[in-house]
Amino acid sequence: MSTATQFTPVASLMGGALIGLSAVLLMWLNGRIAGVSGIAVRLFPPYTDSELPGRAAMITGLVVAPLVYGLVAGSIPVPTITSSLPLLVIAGLIVGFGSVWGNGCTSGHGVCGLSRLSVRSMVATFTFMATAIATVFITRHIL
Amino acid sequence: MLILAQFAIGLIFGLGLVIAGMSNPAKVLNFLDVAGIGSGIWDPSLAFVLAGAIAVTFVGYKLVLRRGQPIFGERFHLPTAQDIDARIIAGPAIFGIGWGLAGFCPGPAFTAMTSGVPAAIFVAAMLAGMLAARTIASRPVSVIGPATSG
Repeated sequence: MSTATQFTPVASLMGGALIGLSAVLLMWLNGRIAGVSGIAVRLFPPYTDSELPGRAAMITGLVVAPLVYGLVAGSIPVPTITSSLPLLVIAGLIVGFGSVWGNGCTSGHGVCGLSRLSVRSMVATFTFMATAIATVFITRHIL
Repeated sequence: MLILAQFAIGLIFGLGLVIAGMSNPAKVLNFLDVAGIGSGIWDPSLAFVLAGAIAVTFVGYKLVLRRGQPIFGERFHLPTAQDIDARIIAGPAIFGIGWGLAGFCPGPAFTAMTSGVPAAIFVAAMLAGMLAARTIASRPVSVIGPATSG
């Protein structure tokens, strides 16, 4: 069930730097943390501020990014999804619930929070890394 | 103007994910598979993504937060919670299980959405899970305390 992938240190470092640039731009322009789970859940009512259009625009940018990449690079990278549909539903529910319950995901805690040296984000990032590694260990090497 | 900027910010974020290979859950799962180091399946790329993102954000935040306020807005909205409560452990612990099951976290899931039905189904389920968490967290009488912004 595991598909080999190529180690891409340079591309991943550059891609990461772009993610960081995006987080810095959002703070500079709008004063907000670039946490995707927080932005996504606030697409839905009840609304506590008037920033829905901006949030929707940002998520739209995320969604169309591979298409824009394809226009420039000539081809759109295809993700390798090996999970069954029921597993994707279960994983999606868990990811959505946990990220909002813990006030952040890989972007909000892992990138923005760690960059702010937030202790809560360090605890959160350590915790989700640990349970994710444990989950992969169980599904790939025990089950 | 701000809306266009936020579209561009999302686009830059998504291009970063695509270039970094993170919209491919196989790369994420292979990073999390630390027991695969011996067999060569382990892919450390994700650590480089985090390193690149944190390096830029750490320095960039320092520069930006020196200003009194953001370009469009009255103030910086920074999380104020400090306490290590049950939710800051339980939420990420739950999130990590789902991340390890399918290899998708929220950002990459949105960026993979146009690849087809499976990723779109994941996003739909993820949004449902998010709304469930917010609904439970915002019940008027709650033993788990009020939701904080994050």
